[in-house]
Amino acid sequence: MASRIQKTFASLKQLGRKALIPYITAGDPNPGITVSLMHALVRGGADIIELGVPFSDPMADGPVIQKAAERALAHGVSLKQVIAMVETFRKDDLDTPVVLMGYANPVEAMGYESFSQQAVAAGVDGVLTVDLPPEEAEERVAILKRHGLDPIFLLAPTTPPSRVARIAGLASGYVYYVSLKGVTGAANLDVASVADKMLELRANISLPIGVGFGIRDAASAAAVAGVSDAVIIGSRIVQELELGENGLQERLVGFLSGVRHAVDAACA
Amino acid sequence: MQMAGKTSEQSYDLPDALGHFGQFGGIFVAETLIPALDELRAEYERAIADPAFMAEFHYELKHYVGRPSPLYHARRLSEEFGGAQIYLKREDLNHTGAHKVNNTIGQALLARRMGKKRVIAETGAGQHGVASATVAARYGLECVVYMGSEDVKRQAPNVFRMKLLGAKVVPVESGSKTLKDAMNEAMRDWVTNVDSTYYIIGTCAGPHPYPRLVRDFQSVIGEECKVQCAEQLGRQPDAVLACVGGGSNAIGIFYPYIEVPGVRLIGVEAGGHGVETGKHAAPLTTGAKPGVLHGQRVNLMQDENGQVIETHSVSAGLDYPGVGPEHCYLNEVGRAEYVAINDDEALAAFHDLCRFEGIIPALESSHALAYARKLAPTMRRDQVIVVNLSGRGDKDIPTLARLSGIEL
Repeated sequence: MASRIQKTFASLKQLGRKALIPYITAGDPNPGITVSLMHALVRGGADIIELGVPFSDPMADGPVIQKAAERALAHGVSLKQVIAMVETFRKDDLDTPVVLMGYANPVEAMGYESFSQQAVAAGVDGVLTVDLPPEEAEERVAILKRHGLDPIFLLAPTTPPSRVARIAGLASGYVYYVSLKGVTGAANLDVASVADKMLELRANISLPIGVGFGIRDAASAAAVAGVSDAVIIGSRIVQELELGENGLQERLVGFLSGVRHAVDAACA
Repeated sequence: MQMAGKTSEQSYDLPDALGHFGQFGGIFVAETLIPALDELRAEYERAIADPAFMAEFHYELKHYVGRPSPLYHARRLSEEFGGAQIYLKREDLNHTGAHKVNNTIGQALLARRMGKKRVIAETGAGQHGVASATVAARYGLECVVYMGSEDVKRQAPNVFRMKLLGAKVVPVESGSKTLKDAMNEAMRDWVTNVDSTYYIIGTCAGPHPYPRLVRDFQSVIGEECKVQCAEQLGRQPDAVLACVGGGSNAIGIFYPYIEVPGVRLIGVEAGGHGVETGKHAAPLTTGAKPGVLHGQRVNLMQDENGQVIETHSVSAGLDYPGVGPEHCYLNEVGRAEYVAINDDEALAAFHDLCRFEGIIPALESSHALAYARKLAPTMRRDQVIVVNLSGRGDKDIPTLARLSGIEL
């Protein structure tokens, strides 16, 4: 049976559209608001939601998402609570795939078997573990897959073609191309080099390829949409959360629909 | 343990090709860094097989660091403690005042060999930062040191020392503002500047191949100790003690002894306010569950949700929530033992060494001395304890003054 993520990409392909994948950290700025923000993202045009699981040591994140994790952890947000948020979200949205994005240790602490059961029961679709490269992934990913979760892997500008093929063998759903050498929210996105790398990646992988890191506005989103299957936006959206709850949902919808239009226009 | 029954010198051959020491270690990093770690591992293999590289490493250890460091019979301290004879492996006499420089020389030579012009490092107490800044100056490399802002305050002399040596010191304000956060920030720098930059990790932790290469560079301590014990005692010691934060000085002196029967290897963790208070940095002593942090799977101080918890120790250099994967393995298989010493016990041992031997030890090393003080009276006078005196205490003088209510 096709997963919710596979179905989403298949129907977008039929429509000739690219996926828009926003990221927020669960529990930021407070745990009570996360589910309503997820719905707001969908209203703004999200095809898939990446929901960050806060971790005490977010090594791959820049300052914006680090602080988001700190705000969430100040409320004691745990992986268990994040899964519960997805369960609540699913009561009103049966279609939008949700990918949990975070670091290995909260899942290690829960155990992959127990995590997978709870996540699937709540309606989680995919799992992106930043610090779980293929070298350590095989047994862990096998558990996720057995439960029907799509393991989302990262590809980087430094990833050689031989590794791309190996990652293709483990990944399902889509892969996440990290557009630059750096942390989330960095400002040195180079669309031309992304386009070059995309050709190389496509020779070795047939899954949809999303591009993230450093996409900050409608223009950069449109440029990336022109060469990829999905545009992933994190830090720029978390910056809206940073500004506080006042008018937050409207701001999120406003920003994201602007990006949505630009992405759709770029692919029209 | 795994090598039980085997007698060959080569039977202990960990880590495996992917950096595992049993269930510990490994490579848990974001994809961007994997090729850099692959390149480092490949270059390291070539370097240690290259006689010219190893000759330069040993030349530098001898002429720049001042090795071999003495093995010193602390007779008055032994009398005071009563029981076993205490010998000190004097890493405090190394250039820069600690064992850290053994590793930074090795890694700086690797960086130069790899054509990297910029090195970065994390530091807690500042000893590894100083040792990195030192070798960067020595080999003409740009150097940036990440240091938790709490530690910047606690270790002002070392911060100034690094600046004198030409390094840039970046205070890290995130998380608990200590060593682990400095390591996070160094990783973020590395992932951003991976083409130009070599990351000198200061302890036997982090993603493969760091735990292995740091161990190998530091194992000069144990290799010398074996020779010196043979010369001075005609035999090997009954116990070898070393403090353990990440565990680099300990693995350096333990490693050559792993397959020497009859030598107890005892790692001394920071008990902080007492392991029963929860305010400590003693993951092995307290049986912390394995977890993933900084690219490795190790025993890790964490809450029930897998969040890393803050550690407490009077010594910044031991303030780390994990411990190198090889120590986790040696603990699990029972080849090494791990105990904890509280802040006040370490401070008492610090004063003992000052007064009875005229040696001012680092607060980190004082933890190992404090355990020697407990262990020696349980042993015979003809038995021998070697304590790895990993560093000197000059950097801790402001802390000591503050604890004594003295303004310098």
